[in-house]
Amino acid sequence: MNLATKDIRHNFGRFALTTVGIGLLLMIVMGMGGIYRGLIREATLLVDKIGADLWLVQGSTRGPFAEISRVPANLEDRARAVPGVAGARRFVSHTIQREHRGRPLRMVVQGLSWPEDRGAWIPLVAGRPLRQAHFEMIADRSLGLPLGEKLKLGKDVYEVVGLTKGMVGTGGDGLCFLTVSDAASIQFDVPGEGVRLERQARRARAEGQDIGQMQPLLLERAAGPASGIPALAPAQVSAVMVTLQPGADAAQVAATFATWPDITVYSTQQQINLLLAGMVDKARRQLGLFRALLIIISTIIMALIIYTLTLDKIHDIAMLKLMGARNGVIVGLILQQAVLIGALGYGLAYWLGTFAFPKFPRLVVIETPDLLSLAAIVLGISVLSSLLGIWKAMSVEPNKVLS
Amino acid sequence: MTNAAAETTPAIEAFNLTKVYGSGNTEVVAMKDVSLTVARGEVVALLGPSGAGKSTLLTAIGLINPPTAGRIVIGGQPVMEADRALVDLRAFRRQHLGFIFQKSNLIPFLNAAENVQVALEINDVLPRRARERAMELLDYLGVADRANNLPDALSGGQQQRVAVARALANEPSLILADEPTAALDSQRGRQVMELFRKVAHERGAAVMVVTHDHRALDVFDRHFEMEDGRLKNGTEQPQN
Repeated sequence: MNLATKDIRHNFGRFALTTVGIGLLLMIVMGMGGIYRGLIREATLLVDKIGADLWLVQGSTRGPFAEISRVPANLEDRARAVPGVAGARRFVSHTIQREHRGRPLRMVVQGLSWPEDRGAWIPLVAGRPLRQAHFEMIADRSLGLPLGEKLKLGKDVYEVVGLTKGMVGTGGDGLCFLTVSDAASIQFDVPGEGVRLERQARRARAEGQDIGQMQPLLLERAAGPASGIPALAPAQVSAVMVTLQPGADAAQVAATFATWPDITVYSTQQQINLLLAGMVDKARRQLGLFRALLIIISTIIMALIIYTLTLDKIHDIAMLKLMGARNGVIVGLILQQAVLIGALGYGLAYWLGTFAFPKFPRLVVIETPDLLSLAAIVLGISVLSSLLGIWKAMSVEPNKVLS
Repeated sequence: MTNAAAETTPAIEAFNLTKVYGSGNTEVVAMKDVSLTVARGEVVALLGPSGAGKSTLLTAIGLINPPTAGRIVIGGQPVMEADRALVDLRAFRRQHLGFIFQKSNLIPFLNAAENVQVALEINDVLPRRARERAMELLDYLGVADRANNLPDALSGGQQQRVAVARALANEPSLILADEPTAALDSQRGRQVMELFRKVAHERGAAVMVVTHDHRALDVFDRHFEMEDGRLKNGTEQPQN
């Protein structure tokens, strides 16, 4: 006869409520782990998918995922000349927040190195890659932009030609892919009045120097578009991504780049490590602490509930002892209930999570190893939480029946 | 011990049992130099006013409240020497003793049959056999029709009958009952007392009952009277 299940049957309402409470707590613990995994997946998604072998970033910096990095756009041409390099692309990425159809629209603008990169590597769920150098974009579904939608960014209007699903930046904002030149236009867009003021300021600066006074043509150029003064307007990108030829020795190619004093070279894995160590690490520690706290709270609540359930049965336990029940019978009664509450709470947490987690604003990724480790933790806290009740039960004397 | 010797061995032998609670100024002598012998198949009453030490004696013999001094032998086996256990008390209680109290003390989450069954399973009887035996006992005590009812659905008398069935489950050599009829009306109280007599005589178990109910004293073979922790001489009850 299983005394634990008989008792549960008799106190089903309280047992069910307890299990639901523990289940909800465990769902939060599970969700916290899932949010952490989601953070990592979202943070590394772009680096993983973009298909670069090496990253060339501003010298002495840790690259665009850790800090501001600026390299000249023509670095890609230099990179292509290195033996073992199959291709090089510019990397431009920045976050913008605009208003579209009356609601805020926050997105990560990701530049594609046209014409080599038209976004063929991007997993599309609808539409097509880019077909022209300007005014087309691929947007993630999370941005809520349908195919064919036209969006004004800066001075130009861009049409959504492709849709992705789950492509987000490190902050969880949806990605939109445009050509690098379009991305730069959006990034460096300055209102007309600002342009006019800058031209006048350039002319004034030139007039104040010998070279401007001696060369009037330079003054005219200074008052014109920046592109007319190549020396003053070097194109800059965040990084250059290098793809290696099949069979090329990555270490050797990286060693070659490492001799260039104006840049620093990282492998993709190094970029991922820097990304995780920088942006995700604090979030990981915060979520980890929160999980630990929740587990401790769950243990305390379970311990109190099991203790209370034991106190309710203390007279019956004394009677069992009086009848000669072995300690194993009594420990089993308490331990089985604790484990059952934990197991059912865990199952409930998983079941509720399948409905709740997809509705979370950030990606929640529940992985099997995390589920297994949480199951082990739940088993541990179930046993731990029953110790107080077991101690109480063990300390009861059979003559308690007489009181 | 041969079967014949076993038959003649007393169910209980208590020698100079003394129980002292506290010490110094707070010392209370609850029982003093109590010696008695109860034969197998004998049903005896333990009488006396409140605080006389009846329950102290009963719980000492029941191995749940060890004496401060004295010796207890049950079924010929020495079990307590002062407060020192000479056997595994829990196992001994499981195999040789049955208890009944003023309240039935049935486990509220088990039905009547399960309350009897659990006593058997604790004593390593297989569940199916335990169930059969529980039903036999409930039938013997006239409550088989309430086997599947939880205790709170039973009357006081029915609960006490189930408690008696539970006490009988492992065929104990000694049944100890502490005011088992106090919560029952006189008619049901007498029925329970007669039940003890029936059990003692038919099953050969010794039954010791602490009671205040003098109306049913004729049911007992003998009665002992306690006062101020001491036992007056046992009195033979004239048989009807």
